[in-house]
Amino acid sequence: MRAFSYEKAASPAEAAAAAASDRDARFIAGGTNLLDLMKLQIEAPTHLIDVNGLGLDTIAPTTDGGLRIGALVRNTALAADERVRRDYAVLSRALLAGASGQLRNRATTAGNLLQRTRCPYFYDTAQPCNKRQPGSGCSAIDGFSRQLGVVGISDTCIATHPSDMAVAMRALDATVETVKPDRSTRSIPVADLHRLPGKTPHVETVLERGELITAVTLPKPAGGTQIYRKVRDRASYAFALISVAAIVQRDGSGRIALGGVAPKPWRVEKAEAELPRGAKAATEAILAGAKPTHDNAFKLPLVERTLGAVLTQARG
Amino acid sequence: MKFDKPATANPIDRLQVIGQPHDRIDGARKVTGTARYAYEQHDVVPNQAYGYVIGAGIAKGRIASIELDAARKAPGVLAIVTAKEAGNLKKGPRNTARLLAGPEVEHYHQAVALVVAESFEQARAAASLIKVEYAAAKGAFDLAAAKDRATKPEGDDPSLKDTHVGDFVDAFASAPVSLDETYTTPDESHAMMEPHATLAAWEGDRLTLWTANQMVAWGVTDMATTLGIPKQNIRIVSPFIGGGFGGKLFLRADVLLAALGARLAQRPVKVALTRPLMANNTTHRPATIQRIRLGATKEGKLTAIGHESWSGDLKGGGPEVAVQQTRLLYAGANRMTAMRLAELDLPEGNAMRAPGEAPGLMALEMAMDEMAEKLGMDPIAFRLLNDTQVDPEKPGRPFSMRRLDECFKLGAERFGWSRRSERVGQMREGNWLIGLGVATAFRNNLVMKSGARVSLDAEGIVTVETDMTDIGTGSYTIIGQTAAEMLGVDLEKVVVKLGDSAFPVSAGSGGQWGGNSSTAGVYAACVKLREAVAQKLGINSTEAVFAGGEVKAGNRSLPLKSAAEAGPLTGEDTIEYGDLDETHQQSTFGAHFVEVGVDAATAETRVRRMLAVCAAGRILNPKTARSQVIGAMTMGAGAALMEELAVDKRRGFFVNHDLAGYEVPVHADIPHQDVVFLDEADPMSSPMKAKGVGELGICGVGAAVANAIYNATGVRVRNYPITLDKLLPRMPEAA
Repeated sequence: MRAFSYEKAASPAEAAAAAASDRDARFIAGGTNLLDLMKLQIEAPTHLIDVNGLGLDTIAPTTDGGLRIGALVRNTALAADERVRRDYAVLSRALLAGASGQLRNRATTAGNLLQRTRCPYFYDTAQPCNKRQPGSGCSAIDGFSRQLGVVGISDTCIATHPSDMAVAMRALDATVETVKPDRSTRSIPVADLHRLPGKTPHVETVLERGELITAVTLPKPAGGTQIYRKVRDRASYAFALISVAAIVQRDGSGRIALGGVAPKPWRVEKAEAELPRGAKAATEAILAGAKPTHDNAFKLPLVERTLGAVLTQARG
Repeated sequence: MKFDKPATANPIDRLQVIGQPHDRIDGARKVTGTARYAYEQHDVVPNQAYGYVIGAGIAKGRIASIELDAARKAPGVLAIVTAKEAGNLKKGPRNTARLLAGPEVEHYHQAVALVVAESFEQARAAASLIKVEYAAAKGAFDLAAAKDRATKPEGDDPSLKDTHVGDFVDAFASAPVSLDETYTTPDESHAMMEPHATLAAWEGDRLTLWTANQMVAWGVTDMATTLGIPKQNIRIVSPFIGGGFGGKLFLRADVLLAALGARLAQRPVKVALTRPLMANNTTHRPATIQRIRLGATKEGKLTAIGHESWSGDLKGGGPEVAVQQTRLLYAGANRMTAMRLAELDLPEGNAMRAPGEAPGLMALEMAMDEMAEKLGMDPIAFRLLNDTQVDPEKPGRPFSMRRLDECFKLGAERFGWSRRSERVGQMREGNWLIGLGVATAFRNNLVMKSGARVSLDAEGIVTVETDMTDIGTGSYTIIGQTAAEMLGVDLEKVVVKLGDSAFPVSAGSGGQWGGNSSTAGVYAACVKLREAVAQKLGINSTEAVFAGGEVKAGNRSLPLKSAAEAGPLTGEDTIEYGDLDETHQQSTFGAHFVEVGVDAATAETRVRRMLAVCAAGRILNPKTARSQVIGAMTMGAGAALMEELAVDKRRGFFVNHDLAGYEVPVHADIPHQDVVFLDEADPMSSPMKAKGVGELGICGVGAAVANAIYNATGVRVRNYPITLDKLLPRMPEAA
């Protein structure tokens, strides 16, 4: 960890302005990922802007029947919120499938969306990694890649986005609200928040320099049966090998988003038309163009079998 | 005291204190954070500085250059140690690779430098400014690829030699029922909670090391050799150890670099290895490839038993002794074992909990399950048919005590073994395919010379001093119980001091020899102290009964403490062993029962119930022994289902070098465990009549899990860990 300066922001807009004025500044919220990255020198910010205490920690109804979740709402609080549990059960279930109780007590809604990959080569600074050190190469593609991505990846990076929460939000069509350094605000569908790696895997989101997430908005409840199925080697405190967030309606239609397979929560809306034809057809459509490695080719049949079980469960 | 005849009746047999399930006497200190671990020795010497270790970024080659200037100028930096500053270092006999690289690099994350600074954060920040250029060389990192180049292990150690009894080749070829299969186990990491950590302080040419080391006397010897200084000038203090599992048997880089850093900075220096360094900088359990051949009559009598194992290590290292239990476990007239060692440039392999037996039984006990199926026999019946009361290689040499059959029979009843379906894939609950599996637990009982000093003061307080260590096992408690029993006082009257090289040399903690051997040493010292007390009180020591804080002989009864009125009395002795472990095979036994559920869709395996029935001599404390066994069962479940150091075969290192990547079981993985100890006392082992138990618990567990998975699914996976990707291709269609 390098020496850094620290400030407590007075408002979201001021936080954004402060971040824009210093190229090596970072926001800090729960710190559950950033502090680890700083200790390992993977991130070396010279300035931290603390966005706790800006009043961004409330959950409130929106005028169109949805829910607005403050960026600083802790994962524990979000998972336990009565409205979330009742109307957005897939989100509550996804949250509770992630991390540990202690981490969820600290981790925030926006921080969870912006957490970085858990690719082991990203975490070893002696190894080439295009995401950590652009242009240095990818050690993972021909290396140990069991956990890594099969779709949406590129020949420069096969890292996955590790969040469970984000997968549920993708299925729920959530929208991210931000404030920019010039005090303007915008809304970004969560579908568009994360970028695919292409040739620039170090650029992970569409957020501009200094832009701060202030809230995540959920549209009015989607109804249906909501399931989050996370598949992993150990029963708790493990990242997903794959996960399925599903919202299935009585008529068999539904929405499916996948975790653990791609650099972002993975959803292919047009593939959802295949759902009534079953898991095999839907999986083929969702994972079209997949390029697995030897180590992670199992993820394709695993998605199909898991989706099949989820659809069976949804049909009750 | 020389122990060379079977033990007869002695004060330990009273079992008033020893043998009782006492809480740990150090428990309150541990849960209140007042048991100081090495890195927490903040106040033992003033002016402590912090060291940060830099590990090599290549697996093999040379350091071309190290640029230290920027780090030297960084805030708070006091000194930087590299091979150049370290001067001439020798290598301790128990290390394979050197603890400090330069110019040669022998393995990934071998220490390259230590930065010493006023704070840990400053040391770490400065370390990032050091630029190391390497000239990488080609290395061998793939055991399977190196297998054909593997050779017989060098040296005279008879346990490493090929063994042949009868005519294996002929017996195997002519056996009506046979099996010839290959099994693999991966590299594994000890992954104990406390990292390797040391505080080093020099006073003139005398060095004190507060560290975490299972074997204090080995540490002193190896450190003296490495630095080229007299043993007498080194003191090791290791009172509390946050887990070891074999990873702290030997001198590691934290100890050496703390000492070198302290010498250069002229300040006490503390060093903890970071979690990423633990996998590649220290030792690990080596991967194995094992071929097992079994031949049997149609009735299930084994006629041929063959076990070969291949493993790898750095040049000068040794093999994983995965075949050793096969020489002793089952009867059979024709047998062979062999180990071959491949030279690999991965980090150093060495002992991890039940070295040899743990991976060896993962293979052998799966093979036994497969063989039972070929024979159409129940797996327990098959094992018991081939049970033996004598060393199968030397039928004139009996086991001192072997009650494997009772372990299985009691376990079967308790676990509900009769519920198991002989046909695979028959039991289902909702989405779960259910299966039951068993395996034999088997681990030899090793005895080690062990010394202690016991004193009595005028308050009636008994103080035990020995360099024995407590690595979380409960040594403090069983040693206190032993002294209390021998001197007839309450456990509260006993003070136990451990882990200091100023105390008599003990067996140390390893190979499950610590509990029995160290308490036997305390027994010997207590016998001396009893003699001194009797003499002081004018009592014939052979008649004296020590009980209730008093010493009784005939009609006389005197307070124990009165013997120390004129000054403390001390007894010191060392237990040494004759040849009872040669005339008799001393081993510990158990039966593991496991029930698993395998998700019909995802092939995720979750353990549902585990039971171990153990026969391990006298159990010195059923509570701490149970904790040892359930911990070992948990570790065995990890080995079966998830633990694997992933090798990058191009770059030559273990990739998943943190606890996010190297998964060990969490609470949610282990829902219900039970442990039963058979009531027994083995007079061949020591005056304590106890045997080891800490490693028995891991032996065979992995195979019991594997056999349960097979019973649930009909899918046999012979490559550990049994993760869902290996099951999926052959799983039944999900309903």
